[in-house]
Amino acid sequence: MKERMMRKKTQREQLRSAQITALLMRSMVYAAMLATILVLGLILGYILIKGVPHLTPSLFAWKYTSENVSVLPAIINTIIMTLLSLIFAVPIGIFSAIYLVEYAKRGNRLVALVRLTAETLAGIPSIVYGLFGFLMFAVYFGWGYTVLGGALTLAIMILPLVMRTTEEALRSVPDAYREGSFGLGAGKLRTVLRVVLPSAVPGISAGIVLSIGRIVGETAALIYTAGTVSGIPQGLFSSGRTLAVHMYALYSEGLYMDEAAATAVVLLAVVMLINVLSGITARKLTKR
Amino acid sequence: MNKNVNAVKEIGMKIVFLAAACVSIAAVVLICLFLFVSGIPAIAEIGAGSFLLGSRWKPLSGLYGIFPMIVGSLYVTAGAVLIGVPIGILTAVYLAEFCRPSVYRILKPAIELLAGIPSIVYGFFGLMVIVPEVQRIFGTSGKGVLSASVLLGIMILPTVIGVTEAAVRAVPGNYYEGSLALGATHERSVFRVMIPAAGSGIVAGVVLGIGRAIGETMAVIMVAGNQAVIPKNVLSGVRTMTANIVLEMGYAADLHRDALIATAVVLLVFILLINLSFSLLKGRNL
Repeated sequence: MKERMMRKKTQREQLRSAQITALLMRSMVYAAMLATILVLGLILGYILIKGVPHLTPSLFAWKYTSENVSVLPAIINTIIMTLLSLIFAVPIGIFSAIYLVEYAKRGNRLVALVRLTAETLAGIPSIVYGLFGFLMFAVYFGWGYTVLGGALTLAIMILPLVMRTTEEALRSVPDAYREGSFGLGAGKLRTVLRVVLPSAVPGISAGIVLSIGRIVGETAALIYTAGTVSGIPQGLFSSGRTLAVHMYALYSEGLYMDEAAATAVVLLAVVMLINVLSGITARKLTKR
Repeated sequence: MNKNVNAVKEIGMKIVFLAAACVSIAAVVLICLFLFVSGIPAIAEIGAGSFLLGSRWKPLSGLYGIFPMIVGSLYVTAGAVLIGVPIGILTAVYLAEFCRPSVYRILKPAIELLAGIPSIVYGFFGLMVIVPEVQRIFGTSGKGVLSASVLLGIMILPTVIGVTEAAVRAVPGNYYEGSLALGATHERSVFRVMIPAAGSGIVAGVVLGIGRAIGETMAVIMVAGNQAVIPKNVLSGVRTMTANIVLEMGYAADLHRDALIATAVVLLVFILLINLSFSLLKGRNL
């Protein structure tokens, strides 16, 4: 009798300690989630509170002067830089993904090598890209700091991203599409370009949107390739700074912290827009 | 005739696709070539020992020891892991196992937003918020290992969260059900069964985060203080390898410039090792 009561007691104690452990685990998880959200809120809140009051019309003046550090030339530069990098990286990225998915045979040594190098490229820090771009385009080709050199550097940087997303998109196209196209008498090339590629467009555009995000936010790869000249570039072979580099320049000059905060707001707005866009393309993907 | 044109087109485009696939190989070769051609002779000239282990970086006196920068990179990365990894893993566990779908639909984009914020904006936030706080609490300049670690810890959060969440979700559901059937609570099942089962995937996420932290440049420059000496404690200023390159590349010449390129070579070797371990871990998990 006594023994049974004892056992019941220890059982209850065990249950209690299990409940306490569970509660402890649960609160740890909740605390971590709260910390993450708090940090995001803090960053967004701080940047918006500091930056929005300085988003004056004069900040978007056509000309950059040391009295009025306009962000408009930097915005124009960012658009040029983004388009130029995409022009180089997107076709190459899509074509190489087509080769990997549609043409290469299983167990191809080259495919393994391409995969390995693409993964390596994805892990290289942006400052190493910047240094490489500086040595190759600015020094070896003798261009100096140019928009073109910066765009080529960024193109190499985003290439693995475009490749990987396109590859995934192509792989998700059902084989029946290919077989149907072959069955109607189309050749390999026609099948790939007219049937497979169009069905992979949502996935590919999601990759492009992500790439735009990386280009817009990039600083370290551009400082020594495209340089930090503040005006609108005269051509592909003149220097020009993007929004992120503009913000860095304002910070390092140390005089324009308010304007730097305002620039941060513009950057954040672009990032949010990109996130919304990629959310929409992702939803399209799942609907299909 | 028409058939011939088609055949030429087919083969021609196949070659174009093949050439495009070779671009990433060429890019890696070129990057290594350009860095090694300037970097390796510089290391040879300075002497591998006094370059890698020399504790004094004084380009004006011809002293090129990057040991303080290597230590600096390792310190801030370790700090970032210490701060970012526990929070990241637990947040991922929340997302995968505790979160209602309606809350998930809000939280997931929020964390993606955290991943999209440019590093220069992070740096600005660190400079204006984290540095003054550290200054106020400890009465130092505020720029140093601690500030850099906190900022980098925040920056690697989305990486750690993303990979860990995927790893936990990839664990088969019957593991969880089996644990419940044995009488374990939901929490115990998650912590004692699901997380250990997702182990190698989680470690892969941590390794990827380490790669992010060690390669980060702009944000670190703004909060680390950048003194080229081995930090004495967590509050003293620190310079990472990445910072060394950006800070001095603008005016460096001759051997000084090549020593900076050699710094990038060392950084690249670190990154390649990290990538290699990431691929190995990922390969084991899937």
